[in-house]
Amino acid sequence: MDIADFFDTFFEEAEELLSDMEQHLLELDVDDPDSEQLNAIFRAAHSIKGGAGTFGFTVLQKTTHILENLLDYARKGELTLRADLVDTFLEAKDIMHEQLDAYRSEEEPNQEAFERICQTLQQIALDEIGEKLDGPAIPAAEPKASPGQSENGTEAKSSEEQTVNGQLLVALLNVEDKDRILLVEELEQLGEVQSQSGDAKRYEVILKSSDSADDIEAVMCFIIEPDQIEITAVEGVAVEPATPETEAPPPAAPAPQAAAENTASKVSPAKAAAKEKPKKAAAESSSIRVSVDKVDQIINLVGELIITQSMLDQTVSDLEDQSVGNSSLQNGMSLLQRNARDLQEAVMSIRMIPMEFVFSRFPRVVRDTAGKLGKEIELITEGKSTELDKSLVERITDPLTHLVRNSLDHGVEMPDVREAIGKPRTGKLTLSARHQGGNILIEVRDDGAGMDRDRLLAKARENGLNVSDTMSDEEVFQLIFAPGFSTANEVTDVSGRGVGMDVVKRNIQSMGGRVEIQSKLGEGTNTRIVLPLTLAILDGMSIKVGGETFILPLSTVLESLQPSKDDMYAMAGDDVVIKVRDEYLPVIAIHEVLNVENAITDPTKSIAVIVQGEGRRYAMLVDELIGQQQVVVKNLEDNYRKVPGISAATILGDGSVALILDITGLHRLSRYKKEAGKKVVNNQNLSIFKEAEPS
Amino acid sequence: MSQANSGAVLAAEAENREFLVFSLGDEEYAIDILKVQEIRGYENVTRIANAPDFIKGVTNLRGVIVPIVDLRIKFHFDKVEYGGQTVVIVVNVADRVVGIVVDGVSDVMTLTPDQIKPAPEFGVTLSSDFLSGLGSLDDRMLVLVDIDKLLTSDEMALVESTSNH
Repeated sequence: MDIADFFDTFFEEAEELLSDMEQHLLELDVDDPDSEQLNAIFRAAHSIKGGAGTFGFTVLQKTTHILENLLDYARKGELTLRADLVDTFLEAKDIMHEQLDAYRSEEEPNQEAFERICQTLQQIALDEIGEKLDGPAIPAAEPKASPGQSENGTEAKSSEEQTVNGQLLVALLNVEDKDRILLVEELEQLGEVQSQSGDAKRYEVILKSSDSADDIEAVMCFIIEPDQIEITAVEGVAVEPATPETEAPPPAAPAPQAAAENTASKVSPAKAAAKEKPKKAAAESSSIRVSVDKVDQIINLVGELIITQSMLDQTVSDLEDQSVGNSSLQNGMSLLQRNARDLQEAVMSIRMIPMEFVFSRFPRVVRDTAGKLGKEIELITEGKSTELDKSLVERITDPLTHLVRNSLDHGVEMPDVREAIGKPRTGKLTLSARHQGGNILIEVRDDGAGMDRDRLLAKARENGLNVSDTMSDEEVFQLIFAPGFSTANEVTDVSGRGVGMDVVKRNIQSMGGRVEIQSKLGEGTNTRIVLPLTLAILDGMSIKVGGETFILPLSTVLESLQPSKDDMYAMAGDDVVIKVRDEYLPVIAIHEVLNVENAITDPTKSIAVIVQGEGRRYAMLVDELIGQQQVVVKNLEDNYRKVPGISAATILGDGSVALILDITGLHRLSRYKKEAGKKVVNNQNLSIFKEAEPS
Repeated sequence: MSQANSGAVLAAEAENREFLVFSLGDEEYAIDILKVQEIRGYENVTRIANAPDFIKGVTNLRGVIVPIVDLRIKFHFDKVEYGGQTVVIVVNVADRVVGIVVDGVSDVMTLTPDQIKPAPEFGVTLSSDFLSGLGSLDDRMLVLVDIDKLLTSDEMALVESTSNH
């Protein structure tokens, strides 16, 4: 293990701490601040500072340090909070986040931002408390921060005493050699190591440092567990730096038994120093951090298990048919089936994250954006606890942010305008998430101006898009997703550049979802994102074409019917449409698009499945419907590549692979093939012509 | 044997490379054994529509979807049959798992550096770019295929080429 691994741990932790800090800052009631929250904010800053110091990220450390001091005053009630101060703290948090990102990508953080924020924070200290904070010089400032670590006065005192003394006995318990070397190096950074000795079980280091025991412990905890460290003041021993060897051995040298006793006797002072830790540990022990790869591996294995189970199930029911079945085998099988399903559900739920993770960032987005635009917005979030697959949660954040900004910028009117038309000054923006069938429905609703159908059409014509006045509202609203389309009269800082909405749509489609817009002029707009619950499991309809089995996502299937000759109409030669309840739908024969041999070519003998994807409906001709089943989605791109018309693959009960059809992709592929077919004909004409020319 | 001598032998051994020898028609080919994950029979391959003819489709390898490439079709062999002897060599290249169909696997050979001759520049079907050399072993000639380069090349159409999009 090298230091880089610790870096990653620190980055991850600091990231979490920063977002905690932001959340607490946003929730903070400035008129009546909750001391627990202030403490939490302070602790977050403190932990980041400790880590940053350890790894030599001085800029981050200094920034955090000043912020921490201010927070300390706020916590003690010496600094009265105001909304603008909270804003500054949020800004500081943002800069810290930037610094963290810079360090992560091994760059130097922005010096200008660092100096600016330090100055701003110093100024606050000067104005509000009338006291100049000590500058970014760290070691001298450290003791000031230390009392904050522990939560009541007496402990604060004890750690101060330790600091005053300056000599600390740091005992490392059950620390492996390689970690120990690293830890000792860290200690050398923190102060002067007077002596060190001991074995793997208990290794003692006498450290002369101006840092408090808490600080040292905080630093060490990035590498080892809190209970592996004991820090005690070396009381009343005036160790001469010149002769450390003679003085140091006594506490270190004793045989293991003695060392054990020693440990016991020293536990209490160490506990006092680590007072804050047990609380933290309790909160942490309720969850563990596991890499997504590991979870995916479990999901994969469970998928395999399900497949094996259905294979066995098949065999058992075959036996039953031959009346050689055995009732206990039957019972065992149904038990296995139930357990396997439960297991699958449980495992899938590991990947599920509440929408709160996404929504929690929006108070900030709305606050900032509204502030910039001079609008008054009330944000309402609904269905925070709705759970969504982790991979979707990560990918939904950006599109959602874009939609929210768009709503604030173009949707909600300025307060004065709103008042003039009889709406409340404060605009309402609602974010909601809920389950709907096998999908998650996420809505961004505003009570703003709504979309102007005529203006959209005019703008579309201006942009050279092919539109007609007879288009449905839904179709007209979808125009805003066209690349480069923007109806904003002026480009603002927030939006209106016309980039983005097409990206939003693409992002959501790549997640297997779709976007719908409902809008009423003058009343508001509702943007609805419909997403599948998870990408890993799909409710499918298995179909047969020729000898091949394919899976259709059940969510795309509207109905299926046996086409009669009277309902089929040829159009422009090779195109065929089918009339279904007064609606003409294009017909796509799977065997043609995917070149399946031995398929039923007579449409009246095949089955038409009406499918819908991306607002486009068509009839798909297949030979046979087999049935519904849940399938585990397997990526084709892992080892192969994207296949047109195919979205992924899955493994059937017999162990063979079946391809999952991509409804939209198939439509595109079918058109492409027909066009290519025409081109071949054209080219042939062309080549004949060319050959003829020379003669 | 002197100390220096044994050192030289060790160094030479380190340079020796092991190859898995397989046959395509009557010809013998070989790939670096370290690239080989496993060898299995040819069965249960699901066709992929609109793919080049040498891509036979995909198969399920313990839950992993693996594309299957028939090198005999790729190299334009006349006789392409699938029978009990037809074997799929599963290889690991560029973080991917790919199965290649061959007529048979014969053995594993160790070649010393001086047994590996540079491949002459020729070949339209199999560009010398995809060869790491020719191995000569008594009266046998092994075509040493650089399976990494071959399978990740554009003409194999196995990997999404970045230039295409």
